Amino acid sequence: MIESVDLNTIDWSRAQFALTAIYHWLFVPLTLGLSFLVAIMESIYVKTGNPEWKRITKFWMTLFGINFAIGIATGIILEFQFGTNWSNYSWFVGDIFGAPLAIEGIMAFFMESTFIAVMFFGWDKVSKGFHLTSSWLTAIGASLSALWILVANAWMQFPAGMSFNPDTVRNEMVSFWDVLLSPVAVNKFLHTVSSGYVTGSVFVVGISAWFLLKRRNIQMAKRSILIASIFGLIASVFLALSGDGSAYQVSQKQPMKLAAMEGLYQGKKGAGLVTVGVPTPGKKAGDGKEEFLVKIEIPKLLSFMGYRNPEAFVPGVEDLISGGFKPEFDHINPLEKSRALSVEEKISRGKIAVSALGLYKEAKSANDTAGIKSSLQVLHENFPYFGYAYLNSPNSVIPNVPLTFYSFRIMVILGFYFIVLFILVLYLLNKNKLEKKRWLLWLSLWTIPLVYFASQAGWVVAEVGRQPWVIQDLMPTMAAVSKIDASSVIITFWLFAAVFTTLLIAEVMIMKRQIKIGPNDGGQDNV
Amino acid sequence: MFENMSFETLQSYWWIIISLLGSILVFLMFVQGGQTLIYAIGKNEEERKMLINSLGRKWEFTFTTLVTFGGAFFASFPLFYSTSFGGAYWVWMAILFPFIIQAVSYEFRSKPNNFLGHKTYEWFLIINGLLGTILIGVAVSTFFTGSEFSVSKVSLTHLNDPAISRWEGPAHGLEAILNWRNVALGLAVFFLARVLGSLYFMNTIADETIIDRSKKQLLINAVPFLLFFLSYIVALMLYPGFALDPDTGTISMKPYKYFYNLIQMPVVLAMFLAGVVTVLLGIAISLFAGVKNAPKGIWLTGPGTILTVLSLFLLAGFNNTSYYPSTYNLQSSLTIHNSSSSYYTLTVMSYVSLLVPFVIAYIWYAWKSINNKKIDASEMQTEEHTY
Repeated sequence: MIESVDLNTIDWSRAQFALTAIYHWLFVPLTLGLSFLVAIMESIYVKTGNPEWKRITKFWMTLFGINFAIGIATGIILEFQFGTNWSNYSWFVGDIFGAPLAIEGIMAFFMESTFIAVMFFGWDKVSKGFHLTSSWLTAIGASLSALWILVANAWMQFPAGMSFNPDTVRNEMVSFWDVLLSPVAVNKFLHTVSSGYVTGSVFVVGISAWFLLKRRNIQMAKRSILIASIFGLIASVFLALSGDGSAYQVSQKQPMKLAAMEGLYQGKKGAGLVTVGVPTPGKKAGDGKEEFLVKIEIPKLLSFMGYRNPEAFVPGVEDLISGGFKPEFDHINPLEKSRALSVEEKISRGKIAVSALGLYKEAKSANDTAGIKSSLQVLHENFPYFGYAYLNSPNSVIPNVPLTFYSFRIMVILGFYFIVLFILVLYLLNKNKLEKKRWLLWLSLWTIPLVYFASQAGWVVAEVGRQPWVIQDLMPTMAAVSKIDASSVIITFWLFAAVFTTLLIAEVMIMKRQIKIGPNDGGQDNV
Repeated sequence: MFENMSFETLQSYWWIIISLLGSILVFLMFVQGGQTLIYAIGKNEEERKMLINSLGRKWEFTFTTLVTFGGAFFASFPLFYSTSFGGAYWVWMAILFPFIIQAVSYEFRSKPNNFLGHKTYEWFLIINGLLGTILIGVAVSTFFTGSEFSVSKVSLTHLNDPAISRWEGPAHGLEAILNWRNVALGLAVFFLARVLGSLYFMNTIADETIIDRSKKQLLINAVPFLLFFLSYIVALMLYPGFALDPDTGTISMKPYKYFYNLIQMPVVLAMFLAGVVTVLLGIAISLFAGVKNAPKGIWLTGPGTILTVLSLFLLAGFNNTSYYPSTYNLQSSLTIHNSSSSYYTLTVMSYVSLLVPFVIAYIWYAWKSINNKKIDASEMQTEEHTY
């Protein structure tokens, strides 16, 4: 009997990873943003000595604590899931991927968990300076932990600083700095943490707007809005800049993801950027249908964003499948400098690489020096296409185009909307007219769900857009998955869904009640 | 510094780090043990509040140590990570679920409008204490008793079925609980955690009733702990073990392997004996050395636990032994040599490990600053942030 990978196991393992990551990402961005906002507020308290600022700090800190706990609860499974559900992956790249996870634990998690305790229990036990330092260290710890896991994620999107060792059948790290400082890692870190800062800011502005709508805790609300909208605006600028950087990196390193983000099936020179549009439903590569039912496009902008050249050729899905064009992106195998290979050619090269690995192993056990040398040469020549060997058809390199396309637009459009909101709120606050603009206060409150929507959409672009790759070009999901029954994963999927949903309901209920209670320990502005 | 070390030395160094993390984790499971005692020691809401708050200020360290233990194991011995986690799926899931529900329970328990009610969160803590300790003990015991898996790296060249590590039994790890030795270690860890939990309460809570009841629990749990622990150790010494031939790399069964390991590594033997004696001494002091000395037991039993568990880990991985043996195919067994990361990665990670003393120092400093007073009933009234 020929055994094969159960496709259900792959799908359910992907679903489980997506489910747990989505839940985790509901809480992490708020932790990232709120921790800095709390630290800033406390800094003002320490500088001014005004107890009102202490009260403000403590109120937001309470909400931070509730959110932090559930962030931890949903996070533990992500680390272990690489092993439980993606066992082959864990061996194939564990030599590189494990390091950031371990460093995250040693460097960041302990920092967070130690100093968060000082934040909550140290108010009257340590000096003001030590307490403030602890608040800052908690915030820095949170962003540091994001750094390491994002370095790991970036490495999956753009493997750097490693080489394949046929003896151990895995990729091994050759340069830690290339892994840490890869341009994709740097951009991903900046983009993701700034999105967390924006989330925290929108949250604080929205909740404070609710206090203004209820005409209570006016002073606290206004001060919070001031801090959060300034912080949010600065973070938004970084978000936009790093977003542009991300788009450039994707064009250069993951052209298929870019094509999916743009719904671009047929490549063109001087490609325009579709600002809004409706991709033709059911559109398949090579079916000759129009790409869009309707679209509004800014001419040449996509070429410019992706290649810093308004006339550059941006390959579409079909070009990337059939090859033959002259690639202008920088991350390209020397073999393809003048002509991109078709996916079919890549699949056959991948199969050559995999079979060369098998031949190498045989030659090694037979001590056949000539066989070792020749198989190694073939393996190295074709290794950049190693993962293609496992694909069944060229079209399996196409991610879900409509999902990637719409998610990208949701993320970008909402990102710009947040900038406008911060500016507007700041302007009206400065003019002392914010309380009268009740529609804006309501809008600010209802922007809270939108910021989560935008943030999740960003991850959909990053992760759905890179399918089927677990490690770009080197390992697709089907070669990465553990050898377990789909039924086991189905059971754990539903267990996670039930537990996380229950905890989410609890968190939202507690959060709502705490907000309603408000900063209830006295103060001057309990109107 | 680390560049000058041999690959074997780095592998040994990392096995020591993993062992140290594992042993600190077992010590910190006083949190889990304490969680299972909240109803036995806390007879009313006020008492339970003190117990939960005393644990609530430490639970994150146990949790973070567990996460770091996983991350460090992944970084240093990735073949263990991929084989064990991907294979013994159900055991690890059964360990992880209780930790998920633990993580929210402290913060959510006493908050108004918490959806499930404070009793549910207390039961989450009890479930975590029960399953977390027993199953981690069972999982660690398989380091000595073996599991049914196979590893074949060439499988990656089989395009339709490329899995390198496979679990060869249908229960995906749950079969471990059918081996009495695994269960014995699981229960030993469980009762040890309760012993440590009782000692911790006696050390941190200034309340006579709680101290008296903790003392009673200490005695009640120390007896089964000793029973299960000693029977496990005796069996370990008598059963054959999984020996590595360093020249050929092959694994074979060797009678009294772990007994030989113990006497061939006198430092480990000394550590083991010192650890066991210190554990017992701590228990004895808290039980019999008067009211004044009762809080001091944890300062002996805690370090004693670390020494004992550390020596057990070293027994499993050193002296040419397979630390994760396969009973399905002996040659698939994992040793610290065939499952480690590359020389380069171990070197990089070794530099990172230099941060550990610094981390321990700031944890110590921060806690000293906020924990100079014991928890009592009045603090529960005045402290703004309670669980």
